Amino acid sequence: MKQLVRSCALVLALLGLAACERERRDFEQPPSAAKIASGVRLSDVVPGGPTNATPPQNPLEQNAFAVAEGKRLFHWMNCNGCHSEGGGGMGPALIDDVWIYGSEPANIVATIVQGRPNGMPSFAGRLNDQQVWQLAAYVRSMSGQVRKDVAPSRDDQINSRPAENRIEKADPRNAALPAASEHP
Amino acid sequence: MIDSVLPGRGDAFPSPTEDARVAPLAVERRGLVGFLATVDHKRIGIRYIVTGFAFFVLGGTLAGLMRLQLAVPENGLIGPDRYNQIFTMHGTTMMFLFAVPIMASMAVYLVPLMLGTRNIAFPRMVAYSYWVYVIGGAMLYVAFLLDVGPDAGWFSYVPLAGPQYGVGKRSDFWAQLITFTEVSGLLVAVAIVTTTFRLRAPGMTIERIPLFVWAMLANMFMTMAAMPSVMSASTALILDRLVGTHFFNPAEGGDPLLWQHLFWFFGHPEVYMIFVPALGIVSAIVPTFARRTQFGYPAMVISLVATGFLSFALWVHHMFATAIPDMGKGFFTAASMVIAIPTAVQLFCWIATLWTGRVVLRTPLWWILGFFFILVLGGLTGLMLASVPLDYQIHDTYFVVAHLHYVLIGGAVFPLFGGFYYWFPKATGRMLDERLGRWNFWLFFIGFNVAFFPMHVLGLWGMPRRIYTYSAAMGWGTLNLVATLGALLIVTSVALFIVNVARSLRSGEKAGADPWGGETLEWRLPSPPAFGNLQSIPVVTSRSPMWSPEGIAGEVRGLASQPVEVLVTSGLDAHPDHRLSMPSPTLWPFVAAIFTSIMFIGSIFTPWAVVWGTIPIVVAMTAWFWPKRGEVRRNRALEKAPRLEDA
Amino acid sequence: MTRRAGRVRALAAGAASLAVAAAALAAPAQSALDPAGPQAAHIHSLWHLMLAMCALVFVLVVAAAWIAVLRHRDRAGGAPELGDDPGRDRRLTRNVGLATAASAVGLLALVVASVATDRALAGLPHEDALHVEITGHQWWWEVRYDDKDASKVFDTANEIHIPVGRTVALTLKADDVIHSFWVPNLHGKKDLIPGRTNTTMLRADAPGVYRGQCAEFCGYQHAWMGLLVVADPPDEYARWEDAQRATPPEPTDATIAEGRRVFESTTCAMCHAVQGTRANARRAPDLTHLASRRTLAAVALDNTPGNLAAWVQDPQRFKPGSNMPPVQLPPEQLGPLLAFLGSLK
Repeated sequence: MKQLVRSCALVLALLGLAACERERRDFEQPPSAAKIASGVRLSDVVPGGPTNATPPQNPLEQNAFAVAEGKRLFHWMNCNGCHSEGGGGMGPALIDDVWIYGSEPANIVATIVQGRPNGMPSFAGRLNDQQVWQLAAYVRSMSGQVRKDVAPSRDDQINSRPAENRIEKADPRNAALPAASEHP
Repeated sequence: MIDSVLPGRGDAFPSPTEDARVAPLAVERRGLVGFLATVDHKRIGIRYIVTGFAFFVLGGTLAGLMRLQLAVPENGLIGPDRYNQIFTMHGTTMMFLFAVPIMASMAVYLVPLMLGTRNIAFPRMVAYSYWVYVIGGAMLYVAFLLDVGPDAGWFSYVPLAGPQYGVGKRSDFWAQLITFTEVSGLLVAVAIVTTTFRLRAPGMTIERIPLFVWAMLANMFMTMAAMPSVMSASTALILDRLVGTHFFNPAEGGDPLLWQHLFWFFGHPEVYMIFVPALGIVSAIVPTFARRTQFGYPAMVISLVATGFLSFALWVHHMFATAIPDMGKGFFTAASMVIAIPTAVQLFCWIATLWTGRVVLRTPLWWILGFFFILVLGGLTGLMLASVPLDYQIHDTYFVVAHLHYVLIGGAVFPLFGGFYYWFPKATGRMLDERLGRWNFWLFFIGFNVAFFPMHVLGLWGMPRRIYTYSAAMGWGTLNLVATLGALLIVTSVALFIVNVARSLRSGEKAGADPWGGETLEWRLPSPPAFGNLQSIPVVTSRSPMWSPEGIAGEVRGLASQPVEVLVTSGLDAHPDHRLSMPSPTLWPFVAAIFTSIMFIGSIFTPWAVVWGTIPIVVAMTAWFWPKRGEVRRNRALEKAPRLEDA
Repeated sequence: MTRRAGRVRALAAGAASLAVAAAALAAPAQSALDPAGPQAAHIHSLWHLMLAMCALVFVLVVAAAWIAVLRHRDRAGGAPELGDDPGRDRRLTRNVGLATAASAVGLLALVVASVATDRALAGLPHEDALHVEITGHQWWWEVRYDDKDASKVFDTANEIHIPVGRTVALTLKADDVIHSFWVPNLHGKKDLIPGRTNTTMLRADAPGVYRGQCAEFCGYQHAWMGLLVVADPPDEYARWEDAQRATPPEPTDATIAEGRRVFESTTCAMCHAVQGTRANARRAPDLTHLASRRTLAAVALDNTPGNLAAWVQDPQRFKPGSNMPPVQLPPEQLGPLLAFLGSLK
């Protein structure tokens, strides 16, 4: 009986902490937000012994407000112009499991800040760090990588795909740039 | 003189005035199990009232925070996010967790006593509805403390509360609170309507029902008609947010205005669901303290029913500023004015009663005097808001805040406090202190007017609602400060009430069965009434059974006490029809409420909770309704086969 | 509580209320009691009528109720009477009936007055109206001046100029959530609802600056979503219109030119537009003639250089939750940027 009570209390506490983290609205920008993490790698092959460094996670992925801001920025910065609500077009699809430059949050941040060959603009100096991390969190939610209660729900627009909180998680796999014949 | 209507166990039961000296019909178990398993409408009613009052204090505290933030311009006490949560919680608490449930709780406690019966119909369902209500309210406050309290207003307009702009789970908790309170309210409504139509004392024809009961009856029919609308709305909102439906998405065929129609079709009757029961309380207090029967009973009844019906024809007056065609809006102006007529009739009948009576001015009647002042003012500003062109200016401003508080506090809270002072002796056996009562009343009356009258002016001066602060250049600072000071007076008054209750419970003057000389049946019972209320059922021959010389023409004896039996009578004329065994105390309503709550709260996070969560509920309800061997045996033993020889 | 004390208290409460009501005559800005155009004036007249009638009814009803109680007091409390006095009942029925009939007549009068005012509002002449389209955003007002000649269409934000004496036809749309357009000195409010187009018409008959505010709760910064309607005499308005249509000239000053380069190549151009530059985004207020406006951030701040600098560097300090990020630029870029913004007359 005591065990049951204790485990219920633990679950409730976790739910509570999770709720607190999910619902925080941080309006003040942090004074010097996280820079692009060093240790962002685009290749899994390393000479010598393996490094044990775990790639840094994005704390904003626990925060619904941040992911929602990322979604707003995704529309405002016209990411849809190439990525079409994540279905891809001129740019690669973001809702599938194929990641060309890495699916970790730091990789996505690097992609947004640096730009990529064949058309991905570099947003360095255009978006501040907080906004880039928000966008990265949203991009990951587009393939179901973000917890369902944090991921945003459907837009009040014409919907062309299920909302982010209804997308089944697609385990990321790296891929080289697709050959021309593989373009849809 | 009807001595014994039914062949019973033959024991000569003592007359009702000796009830107090006789052991109660049965005693419910003490302790936690007894607390959770009770089926006594009085215990359930009192805990419902206490819980409702606790939410009143919580909602009032939130209002105090709002007033502190708005006392001076550009105040930094509370930021916009927290303020939005606070005013949403204030409105949601007061409307869904205080005002509507507390009127239902007064009915749960008083209606069986006034009708001369032993218990409410469907007592286990009423117990279940209480647990659902309190768990839902607790859920909302836990959510608020965890920063996931709703922040889109108590009316939760889409698209602000919708899936795109209502970020996180906040509006989902709001929507599920609606589910909790609406399930609870509907079940109590069914119980009260059934009690009123089938459990009346014999001889209490439809024209002899107390006006308080008529008001509660009208209220419960309104509940049953209005609540499905908001349940549909909140369910559609949850579906939009959780599952991705498009009820309110204009790009995919939905409409934000659909939300407003569904919500206000409920929302307008809801304020009348708060107001109409209070009219019943006034009709209980005025005759007692005027020392004469209420003038114009048929007109009063028709007015109550008409108010209930008409309240469903007003809802668009909350939407005059939207894109609705002018001619349609004009209809709702006319309807909103017409509903003033039945209320006016009631006011004039009360004034007539007081004018031709010999008035005893005690605390309950002071609260009614306050009701006359504040409610009439609020009703008149309501006529102003009913006019479409004038509404264009004052809609969504502090003028509306003033109006709604004048009608809700004046029209419902003042009678409610009057009712508390009036029936506290019946429920507890002690009188509330009369002097503290006067202080309570005057502090509230003065504090209320100081707090809310300036808001009329602020609204006309351009101050919109739901703003967390305002510029110093607007010139609104002085009146806002005055309003805050008035709010502090109200807080003091409510604190004084709590002190009065605490002291009176301990050492208040002892009350007999009938300290005020009331005219209805509850004043016949000891204070407080025992479990089961009555050994025998009175046969009533008058609208004022306690005042008429032959008001009670006899007793119906022979109802069993183990299990508690009630006498079921016919709907209009209250002819005795049959005996009915009431259920014994049971834990299943509480258990079923727990499982129901788990399903509701789970469905905030995943639609699968509805599927998996239903299974324990089905199991609990099956166990709840499963016939118990002991009960069946006892009921069989009580059955009487018809005799073939003499009657 | 003696009768005398009770009466005194009631009178005091009444007097206090009247004093507050009297204060309403000296209304500050943004007041519905200070009409500057026909729409608000019609509503103001209706307000007077309703106030007078309702005040009269209030005094009569409350006096009757309180007198009924205070006049017939019986301290001892007698035996209750059952009220079966047919003569008295007939009298009471007649009185209640008369009072009810009087109430019905009064209500009918109010309905008639309301309908009449509605028709007066709809009767505003609107040939040759100025067409302005307003789109509500969280938490600013996008304003587009329509014209049959497409080259004369221009955009601005948060500050609307109108010519005195000419009807303005406003088309109201919403981009995100429901807002409400309300300038009390000129007219009542109309909602801006996503997916629907709403319209309203108003006219200013006296020159002045009329403040308005969003009147439908729309999120974090609903409190600071204000707007200004500036009513100019017709010639002044025509000059303003021409100035708004003009594209800012190429900067001759090096600092301002540098500021423009900073504007186009950092965060600003991601959301804002300035005609004649590379910045063409429509997500935030059009800044083409920012320096000609009286206020910043939807009437949250007066438009002064100090306020502009403070706002640009930390908008969340003034409007926490608004969609503008802080502009974190080194001083050698920030200075020219502010100079450029200050040059956009």
